[in-house]
Amino acid sequence: MKYWFILTLSVFAAQARADIEYRDFKQPEQEQAYQSLINELRCLVCQNQTIADSNADLAKDLRRQVYEMLQQGKSRQDVVNFMTERYGDFVMYKPAFKLKTFLLWLGPVLFLFAGLAVVWTLRAKGAGADKALSAAEREKLKKILEQGDDA
Amino acid sequence: MKYILPLLLFIALSVFLAIGLKLNPREIPSPLIDKPAPAFKLPILAAPERTLSQADLQGKVWLLNVWASWCVSCREEHPLLNQLAKMNKVTLVGLNYKDQADAAQAWLAKQGNPYNVSVMDSDGRTGIDYGVYGVPETFVIDKRGVVRYKHTGPIQPGDLEKLFLPLIQQLEAETA
Repeated sequence: MKYWFILTLSVFAAQARADIEYRDFKQPEQEQAYQSLINELRCLVCQNQTIADSNADLAKDLRRQVYEMLQQGKSRQDVVNFMTERYGDFVMYKPAFKLKTFLLWLGPVLFLFAGLAVVWTLRAKGAGADKALSAAEREKLKKILEQGDDA
Repeated sequence: MKYILPLLLFIALSVFLAIGLKLNPREIPSPLIDKPAPAFKLPILAAPERTLSQADLQGKVWLLNVWASWCVSCREEHPLLNQLAKMNKVTLVGLNYKDQADAAQAWLAKQGNPYNVSVMDSDGRTGIDYGVYGVPETFVIDKRGVVRYKHTGPIQPGDLEKLFLPLIQQLEAETA
């Protein structure tokens, strides 16, 4: 029973990856660039997959495009520029850091600091509140301690 | 008084979540807006020995509608395109995306042909140049050949009156 489960899982795991075409590369650096690029570019049809992971038609076309550009001697950055000029920053799983995307990068940190600021002010306020007793409060407290609170 | 801050935080969070819910992740803003329409030179569907390029449409306001006979939402959109064609207000160019010529022809024969001309993007390269990621998509291009608007997904009833016709009218009024 257990083995069936594992077997089924491994079949699915194997299928999760797209059937990638065989590509012929003359230089290993080109192959590396290809692999890293297809793992960084988003498939726009199936948005939570990279084009390496997707079997969508568009993903295949984009893989072909990446391959052809590298074969033509284009650089990594050329490919990235080509894609973002057409599909926008969204096509990159890690968009470049620029004015349009800074919230994406810094948003979580900003939220963290905002939260810390809130906690800090609340604590500062709370700490201030139980510091000083007024003369009248001191008197009253003294009485309560001496006689009990029914005085 | 002490409830004000949590309340404000709650409202801020709600606003963020509400915006997040409203955003459509399928609608990716096109970086092509206000840029020249990418160049193409493609065979004409009805007469493959001839080609059409985006330069041939210079001086005209035109729509580039990406369609395919295999595309289900195109079927939904098609009557609206037919309607638009009847009004005779704009040049309607079809980009027949990754389709078979005979299937595309048969489809037009059956559904009606709203296009002034359709070109064949058999391998989808022009589609990539236009950032096409889901068919149908419609680009509105002005007289200078600049992309002014992109509509992702099928044109819905009401879009013609609310969106396309006013935009076409505005672009027609501009000088080339």
